[in-house]
Amino acid sequence: MPEESGLGIDPLRDSALAAIAAAPDLAALDQVRVRYLGKSGELTALLKQLGGLPKDERPAAGALINVAKDAVAQAIDGRKSLLEQAALAERLAAGRLDVTLPGRGQRAGGLHPVTRTLRRIERLFADAGFAVAEGPEVETAYHNFEALNIPQHHPARAMHDTFYFDADLLLRTHTSPVQIRVMTEQAPPLKIIAPGRVYRCDSDLTHTPMFHQVEGLLVDEQVSFADLKGVLYDFLTNFFERDLKLRFRPSYFPFTEPSAEVDIACVMCGGTGCRVCKQTGWLEVLGCGMVYPEVFRHVGIDPHRYLGYAFGMGVERLAMLRYGIDDIRLYFENDLRFLRQFA
Amino acid sequence: MRFSESWLREWVNPSVDTQTLADQLSMAGLEVDAITPAAAVFSGVAVGLVIEVASHPNAEKLHVCTVDLGEGEPLTIVCGAANVAAGMRVPVATIGAVMPGDFKIKRARLRGVESFGMICSASELGLAETSSGILPLPEDAPLGADFRAWLGLDDACIEVDLTPDRGDCLSIAGLAWEVAAINGCALTPLDVDPVAAASEERFPVSLEAPEHCPRYACRIIRGIDPAAVTPLWMRERLRRGGIRAISPVVDVTNYVLLELGQPMHGFDLGCIKREIRVRLAAAGERLHLLNGETIVLRPDTLVIADAAGPLALAGIMGGAASAVESETRDILLESAFFAPAGISGKARSYGLHTDSSHRFERGVDPGLQVRALERATGLLLAIVGGEAGPVVDVTAAGHLPQRAPLTLRSARCAQILGFTLPDETIAGILERLGMTLVPVAGGWQVTAPSGRFDLVHEVDLIADVGRIYGYDRIPVSHATSAAGTRARPEGAFDLDRVRLLLVDRGFQEVITYSFVNPELQARIEPEVKGLALANPISAELSVMRPSLWPGLLHTARYNQARQQERVRIFETGLRFRPGPDGLRQEAAIGGLTLGAVDPEQWGAPARLADFYSLKADVEALLALSGDPAGFHFVAAEHPALHPGQSARIDYAGQPVGLLGMLHPALAADLDLTGDAFLFELDQAALSTGVLPRFTPVSRYPAIRRDLAIVVDEAVAYLELAAAIREAAGELLRDLVLFDVYVGSKIAAGQKSLALGLILQVSSQTLTDQVVDDVVGRVLTRLVSDFGARLRD
Repeated sequence: MPEESGLGIDPLRDSALAAIAAAPDLAALDQVRVRYLGKSGELTALLKQLGGLPKDERPAAGALINVAKDAVAQAIDGRKSLLEQAALAERLAAGRLDVTLPGRGQRAGGLHPVTRTLRRIERLFADAGFAVAEGPEVETAYHNFEALNIPQHHPARAMHDTFYFDADLLLRTHTSPVQIRVMTEQAPPLKIIAPGRVYRCDSDLTHTPMFHQVEGLLVDEQVSFADLKGVLYDFLTNFFERDLKLRFRPSYFPFTEPSAEVDIACVMCGGTGCRVCKQTGWLEVLGCGMVYPEVFRHVGIDPHRYLGYAFGMGVERLAMLRYGIDDIRLYFENDLRFLRQFA
Repeated sequence: MRFSESWLREWVNPSVDTQTLADQLSMAGLEVDAITPAAAVFSGVAVGLVIEVASHPNAEKLHVCTVDLGEGEPLTIVCGAANVAAGMRVPVATIGAVMPGDFKIKRARLRGVESFGMICSASELGLAETSSGILPLPEDAPLGADFRAWLGLDDACIEVDLTPDRGDCLSIAGLAWEVAAINGCALTPLDVDPVAAASEERFPVSLEAPEHCPRYACRIIRGIDPAAVTPLWMRERLRRGGIRAISPVVDVTNYVLLELGQPMHGFDLGCIKREIRVRLAAAGERLHLLNGETIVLRPDTLVIADAAGPLALAGIMGGAASAVESETRDILLESAFFAPAGISGKARSYGLHTDSSHRFERGVDPGLQVRALERATGLLLAIVGGEAGPVVDVTAAGHLPQRAPLTLRSARCAQILGFTLPDETIAGILERLGMTLVPVAGGWQVTAPSGRFDLVHEVDLIADVGRIYGYDRIPVSHATSAAGTRARPEGAFDLDRVRLLLVDRGFQEVITYSFVNPELQARIEPEVKGLALANPISAELSVMRPSLWPGLLHTARYNQARQQERVRIFETGLRFRPGPDGLRQEAAIGGLTLGAVDPEQWGAPARLADFYSLKADVEALLALSGDPAGFHFVAAEHPALHPGQSARIDYAGQPVGLLGMLHPALAADLDLTGDAFLFELDQAALSTGVLPRFTPVSRYPAIRRDLAIVVDEAVAYLELAAAIREAAGELLRDLVLFDVYVGSKIAAGQKSLALGLILQVSSQTLTDQVVDDVVGRVLTRLVSDFGARLRD
């Protein structure tokens, strides 16, 4: 467009465009913007000179100035977006990380494998409606033995290797006294499990003087040995997460009758015989039976009206089978390198 | 109980193999522990007759024997045994024989004389641990017969681990009943012929404690041959039963013990003065036992005594003075019933355990004594000769165990087992077990054999029915009982949640013994005397822990000694605190942190655990209680903790926990490197029962004002914060402490605290005027209460 105004619009516009193209970064570009388009910018100043033109030329000249301003503004936007992209690209390039480096901060510790197993057992029985009951570990001989139909000098008592404090006070040798406490304090129907520490005066390659048991007790008007088989079958198959072969072997506990020990087909060899099952193909994991009438009599439950079943299991043994632990003593050495494997 | 399978099969012989028989026993409740061959593997051993014994020309101790094996030419065998003699029948390993241990017999030249086999000793055949000389065989051993087959050595020794209720199965007879009942096959009981008395000589017996010994049978046998030896067949059965042969009298009583389950005893008649008195011991009486020990008797102990004093510990062990010796010709044979209640625990109380006490404690059939005595007499006379007197059977009938019949209802049987068995199945099982059944309406009146001490209640009979029918054949029922939801108090302590919180904060759970080393315990709490075990495993594990710290410290040391520099551990469980009101068994939770808080990592310097890092863990834990503001940390000293870094945790005015740095002196004693920090909390205290309570969220913005004040270093933040809260009133939504400074920029003994006051109300936006008023009130209060000044 021929410039007739004499204001020198075109050269100013061209120098602005050149400055824009040459602006190396956003800051420089902004300086260019201020220089030409700011309040006192050079192109803005041209508009102020319009007053010096003849009246009839002013609209045309004003239009020309605005066209030039738009061109410059557009060029600035274009350049700005280009520079922004470049800046972003640069930031992205600079912010490149080694994503394979480990994360930072705290890392979770872990539960003891016995607790881990106890939680699992408790949850499985909670699903079946069993509530958790607890009892003292320093127990009376009455709760630990007499009320469970194990009188003094009974051969079964000698098998318990009891820790004593005095003639009457001892460390419970099993979780069965919790049965007695629950049945004494609550009325049937009862449906509890009692997990906890138990103690036997025995320490060698395969025994620790402290270990854990979970006792179970159900008392109601209609309870049978067949029900007991059912609940234990469900528990063991769910605990080991496989369809296990089970066998109920008649046994003797002074506080149940009929009594059984429950064997599972060896989870190590599948029943063909190995070191863990001593070549028998079977592993003893549980003791159980129907509550003996003498026990009901001790706790004041009518044995003609109520029946019950009880069972007890060793937690360390179940955890050993589940996780392949081969030495019971590891549980209480508390070597962090051992414990961390069960986090 | 260990026994020979072939012996059992003389009584009852089901057509099942050894393993099946063992499985049957296990599944009937008589758990088979082991099956071992009666003899090691060997072959090619025959019965031979030594025809001639000549001295070896070149060796003084060797003999050159000529041995007849029934057919073929007699063999020349060099033998070194001192007892070899012409006319002896002996086991001969011929050329090609394979001895135990896969040792092959070859033709050999011994000091220049060729030998065509070996005359064997019992130990060489694996039939004894040791033996002196070759094994003499009886006259009737058939010449040339295979020795192994002749002695029935392809037999199994079965070991059953019997439960204490089944004393009746501690014999071949008892086991035979079970096997017959399981298989429904015939039982051939032993015929015992009474031995006619050759004299009228009776020995006077008085039962002075009839409640403990209601039956005592005995008889005199005179003129036995002291040189007689127990026949090989009997020795073999004893050996397979795990009993060592000693002398005919002892061997016969042991044989009857295995066969019928009756413990017996033989006295040297000449050593008994006038009479047998079965009485309780007088306190302080002494008895020299067969095992060489002398015991001082207690008055609760039953003894067999004569006119002079105790002869034997009744039902447990004989005395040395009246023992049958190698010269003894006259004996008194005892066969008694001692009541289980009187005998139980006695052997153990004297540190003894014998085959006899084992059986009497569990119960011996009270109807068995005379039969066993006749059996033993018959066996003994056949070996040692002599003349038996009449059986003396003294019984206090009123004290014998009474067997009232039990009522068994078939409906109850179905109810307990969970399924219905036909009446004839139930009755058949019980009858096969030797019970007498009289049908009544809905069931039977059942009389059990007198040896079954375990049958007391109806349910005991039902258990027998289930056992013999087979537990595995009882159906599996999935009936659910007591359905419905249960009470679950929401405000109750959730141990599981607490454990997981600590795990998520980097703690590893440990489980330590509840009994600890009293020395370590005394270092931690000298004023607390832990409950001591009467019979600890060791001195290091002899006192019940009054806190969880001994176990945690022991574990920290154990792991630090194994290159574990970062130890962050916790434990939950009971602590045992003796108190004026008796022992308190309290569930506690304790933790220890030593070394870095976080695992070693890149990009951040290791932050060592300190008082405040562990306090944050404890505060997180307290937050789970529902009422964290109710807990207060109060500076309080503790013998195990650094006096300047130890706090008691209070709730509702009661101490509920401790937190602090392990005392450096104790750390040094324990060889712990670095500063360890410990806490312990009473689990019950975390069960505040407080549930969340909703308050509306303000729609208006909060205003924050920061203050930096300088106060004396001794001013406790807790008190300062309480004063601020009180002065600010309800407008104060939150108070943040964002810096604590002690150092050169302020005067010594002073500290600077930077606090953020966050103010908000729910009804309006606060004006500057209101905020300034609040800050002014707070400052005035801080100045007046703590001498605080604003930091420049």
